[in-house]
Amino acid sequence: MGSVRLYAAVAVGGFRRYATYRAATAAGVFTNTVFGLILVYTYLALWDERPHLGGYDQAQAVTYVWLGQALLAALAIQGGGFESELMERIRTGEIAIDLYRPADLQLWWLANDLGRTLFQLLGRGVIPFVFGALVFPSALPRSPLTWLSFLVVVPLGAVVSFGIRYLVALSAFWLLDGKGMLQLLMITGVFCSGMTLPLNVFPGALGEVVRALPWSALLQLPADVLMGETDPLGAYVFAAAWAVVLLAAGRLLQSAATRRVVVQGG
Amino acid sequence: MDGLRAYGLIAGMWIRSSMAYRVSFAMTVVGNLLLSGLDFVAILLMFSRVDSLGGYSLPEVALLYGLSVTSFGLTDLAVNSLGQLGQRVRDGTLDTLLVRPAPVLAQAAADRFALRRVARLTQGALVLGYALLAVDVDWTPAKVLLVPVMLVSGAAIFGAVFVAGAAFQILVQDAAEVQSAFTYGGTTLLQYPPTVFGTELVRGVTFVVPLAFVNWLPATYVLGRPYPLDLPAWVAFTPPLAAAACCAVAGLAWRAGLRSYRSTGS
Repeated sequence: MGSVRLYAAVAVGGFRRYATYRAATAAGVFTNTVFGLILVYTYLALWDERPHLGGYDQAQAVTYVWLGQALLAALAIQGGGFESELMERIRTGEIAIDLYRPADLQLWWLANDLGRTLFQLLGRGVIPFVFGALVFPSALPRSPLTWLSFLVVVPLGAVVSFGIRYLVALSAFWLLDGKGMLQLLMITGVFCSGMTLPLNVFPGALGEVVRALPWSALLQLPADVLMGETDPLGAYVFAAAWAVVLLAAGRLLQSAATRRVVVQGG
Repeated sequence: MDGLRAYGLIAGMWIRSSMAYRVSFAMTVVGNLLLSGLDFVAILLMFSRVDSLGGYSLPEVALLYGLSVTSFGLTDLAVNSLGQLGQRVRDGTLDTLLVRPAPVLAQAAADRFALRRVARLTQGALVLGYALLAVDVDWTPAKVLLVPVMLVSGAAIFGAVFVAGAAFQILVQDAAEVQSAFTYGGTTLLQYPPTVFGTELVRGVTFVVPLAFVNWLPATYVLGRPYPLDLPAWVAFTPPLAAAACCAVAGLAWRAGLRSYRSTGS
């Protein structure tokens, strides 16, 4: 029970830490809204040219855009959560102190990151999403059950996102300089999640591949669940399976890293 | 002149420092190249499903893209650090720049100069090269002359946005993302044909934040296409004037911003 309380406190800390920067949050809302506007118009033009592209109608394409803007920061789709901080701790050697703490490293950061996710979902995600739904045609579900299944798949996506970024962060044990990995994280995140273009629009084999990768659980899957384009149960299984695989890989990498850790700056 | 010399010295120092880790430098250049190319990959993916977007063919969109990204790339390479000025205001290190015997703007712009940003410029120039070869235009001397004029004026307009944004960050330290909406958002917007966007938005970027002078107005003339707003044809030749006006406004904003600076005092 004590450990549940501990990780809950860490999650609350993550939430409150991001909630402190109100001006930054407002600036982020503004930026997400501007990018949403730009993307919406290009998607409208695209779907004007090819109605039902990727199985979406225009309203669904619009909702997809605003959902993407709502989840971009919350699910750290292009990075930007705990990972650069953890990498810095590995680089400077402060990680040695973390490893001595009576808490599990992976669970600690997972709790911290989920707290951040919840804040950014509420603080940065809701306003652009509501703005988009009010100003443009949208394909939001009426059934509360669909909303409920959406609220299940998003946290699963958050864990998948964490799993990917934890692996990236641990790479600092070997590479020390994280710039290249963070860049790779950004490239894969933006492209494979469907931030640039919905994955169901990707042609042929490329589409098949990106839809099977874990990044599709960050945006494509939540969007399809919300708009009733996919069976929620299948979506849960897909996201949960990737979450388990990535968390397990993180464990393995962590034990490999800590076995050979040579503390920097010692 | 003093400013340019200071800028050159500081930028040169940062280049030498990044060259100390050649492999890391090469990797980040390749990474930046990929990252910058993602937008264009999205456009290519769109055109794998449609033949035109907003009535524009792929070479025509590529021309807009190439002009937008090349001119933005010039600015991004030269003054990107102005986008993070808020951080220096927050931690009080702007003080250091103020006591040095060199113009603050030059120091702030050259701060953390990153040669790896040459990647975006290169990627934009490659697409521009493809577009100039592939696009179907009756080249007249005036149209040929407009291409370099667009690049230089466009870079100056984006530069003005960076400077004005930096001035705003002196007031609101956490507003870096608001600036991104105009800089990165601006270059993304201009990659697509003006016909794609709503008239209100086009009006806004023509008359309020005159980003349309970077490429939309002159490029629609080059392509022989009507501009969504009813403007006389000679407007296509006014980007240098718009750039001069933007720089003047940005200069005033910078002075006002710097005058209002209050150090954290720590």
